[in-house]
Amino acid sequence: MATVPKPSELGKVDHRPPQRPWTETTPEFRPGTFCYGAKAKNLDVVGMPNPREWNPADEDWKLPDDWKDITLKGMEDRLNKFRSFKLFMDICVRCGACADKCHYFIGSGDPKNMPVLRAELIRSIYRKYFTGSGKIFSKYAGARALTEQIIKEWFYYYYQCTECRRCSVFCPYGIDTAEITMMGRELLNELGCGIDWIMGPVANCYMNGNHLGIQPHAFKDMIMFFVDEIEAVTGVRVEPTFNRKGAEVLFITPSGDVFADPGTYTLMGYMMLFHEIGLDYTWSTYASEGGNFGLFTSHEMMKRLNAKMYAEAKRLKVKWLLGGECGHMWRVINQYMDTMNGPADFLEVPKSPITGTVFENAKSTKMVHIAEFTADLIRHGKLNLDPSRNDNKIVTFHDSCNPSRAMGFFEEPRYVLKAVCNHFYDMPENTIREKTFCCGSGSGLNTDEFMEMRMRGGLPRANAVRYVHEKYGVNMLACICAIDRAVLPPLMNYWVPGVNVTGLHELVGNALVMKGEKKRTTDLRYEPLPGMEEEEEAEDV
Amino acid sequence: MNLTEYLQRNQKPILQAWFQSVVETYPEETAKFLKKEKDPFANPVGSSILEGIQGIFTQILGGLPSDDVLPFLDRIVRVRAIQDFTPAQAVSFMFSLKDVVRSRMEKDGLLDRYTADLVAFDRTVDRAALMAFNIFMECREKLYQLRIDEIKNRTGRLLERANAIWESRRAEDGSREES
Ligand code: SF4
Ligand code: SF4
Repeated sequence: MATVPKPSELGKVDHRPPQRPWTETTPEFRPGTFCYGAKAKNLDVVGMPNPREWNPADEDWKLPDDWKDITLKGMEDRLNKFRSFKLFMDICVRCGACADKCHYFIGSGDPKNMPVLRAELIRSIYRKYFTGSGKIFSKYAGARALTEQIIKEWFYYYYQCTECRRCSVFCPYGIDTAEITMMGRELLNELGCGIDWIMGPVANCYMNGNHLGIQPHAFKDMIMFFVDEIEAVTGVRVEPTFNRKGAEVLFITPSGDVFADPGTYTLMGYMMLFHEIGLDYTWSTYASEGGNFGLFTSHEMMKRLNAKMYAEAKRLKVKWLLGGECGHMWRVINQYMDTMNGPADFLEVPKSPITGTVFENAKSTKMVHIAEFTADLIRHGKLNLDPSRNDNKIVTFHDSCNPSRAMGFFEEPRYVLKAVCNHFYDMPENTIREKTFCCGSGSGLNTDEFMEMRMRGGLPRANAVRYVHEKYGVNMLACICAIDRAVLPPLMNYWVPGVNVTGLHELVGNALVMKGEKKRTTDLRYEPLPGMEEEEEAEDV
Repeated sequence: MNLTEYLQRNQKPILQAWFQSVVETYPEETAKFLKKEKDPFANPVGSSILEGIQGIFTQILGGLPSDDVLPFLDRIVRVRAIQDFTPAQAVSFMFSLKDVVRSRMEKDGLLDRYTADLVAFDRTVDRAALMAFNIFMECREKLYQLRIDEIKNRTGRLLERANAIWESRRAEDGSREES
């Protein structure tokens, strides 16, 4: 974050920013506003180009000598390969409908965060080298020559876009700036200019199956730890299995649920639910990650990391896959998996063993989202729920970008929420569902050195939470994404203190009345249930 | 008409000019957006500036008798503390109120008449500016704290659990040895 300014800078107190055209402003790599560069050791693990030690704040980025050829060649390849990329380069009419829809623009006030300008950073290069008019008229056609400075600008702004796709909802042509950002990041990665918060998890996932690089035995230990926790709260001992061949279902969730609070409470909720309905499921200690930071790196990397989920499903001979509360995992499954590694013909079309519901929507990918699985159970009256156990929680719901805009997943989580808690209030209409505001830290930007920028990006989301907090007394923000569960707590802490963050299945776990459970006095966080405050105190004494 | 009455009567144009001067601290395209978009959810920065200056102005008219002005200062400073501003730029909006009021008076040909009263007014504005600076520091400290907490939670909780697992193993081994 802010370094100590130089004496000459301290003298500057003028209020007006200099007015210059966007093509002539260059980003300043001030701590707090950029992510650390990808480390050589992580690039090495997955065989990515130009591994070296470097720092984006340094003048010299140690680019390969032929960086310009690599970049232009990379652009050419992708223009030929991806029709959408070519189309998005050509058809923007600069109508400006997207301009003020990006949370990073709204929160930072930096015009280059307007989606149209973000795209223009690459489009100007496209015009110069790949169109007739740009080659000749250059400046007048909005074309720019490729320089090292532009590579730095790409890095700054393509790692300041969370690929959330909100802008695309408003574009009359359906231009998806997120996909332009993806191309930008792919090109940067060809020069070794990724960020370490993405490359570290990619390398770990590739080696050990999850973002933190936790090995199979430790992964199992962690889950067993929560088996004890569940028993302490409910008196019921759940019995998960690991790498069990022939189980009906393979369950995969982001490793954040296993390792990071408050996701861990959601993990407890999953296991309680599975136990209660007697689901024949298993964990894999190798495909121990639902997240896929390959999506934020390149399409090849996404494919590589996604493949292991299906490889494990094959090895364990399960019938279908059930997926936990993750955001971008679902974008990968719903939008890309089928043409990348699918169709998964060796699996069966998912069918709930409890209700008999066939999930036709997952016919090809064979993977069902846990929120729809649970909604179906509730719909069929298969769960005994006591929503009053969540009565001290006044809840609102944050639609995570990926399930909402990449899946159209709006009703299922709300349906579950309304069944497991009595106090639920939605945020204003233009901040939820397909128009939801990003948490500000998605697409691999959830790193601590980026905190200042994250607070900017998350401002529109937090602002809407503040409204329901003040109006209805909302004190709990529910979500179905592991990155959200990790990044919304600091966001709330800065903008709306007094609002906590929970996953959907944590609330399910609280409300679920289990067969043979003891008298429950606390929720999964060991906090007294409403009306049980005194009993808890007595027990503490 | 004393100064307070004058300010009250001219509240609308003064607030307009003040708002204008605050949004002009942003790049041109951004300033346009901040002024134009009236939906508070689509334009949280613009609406917090507006709410903030309205509240601050009312409090200043009353002579800042209490801390009631703090939430209004907070509305603006909390935002500017995490945007691309130096500390001076972040709180400068308080000082621009002085210019705004003076140029209004000049337009009305009343600057001379209120010169003496303005000394007290300036002092009140300065007090609010100092409070704004306190809030700015609080926000920056919070930002660092969030960063530290995040690092700690990431590794700390993991270690805690690893230890708990290890401890329970040891206990198990111990009980086996005993039996
Ligand atoms: S809304 Fe679409 S066409 Fe209009 S400026 Fe944005 S990207 Fe271009
Ligand atoms: S995808 Fe999201 S973060 Fe990226 S430009 Fe569009 S609105 Fe902004």
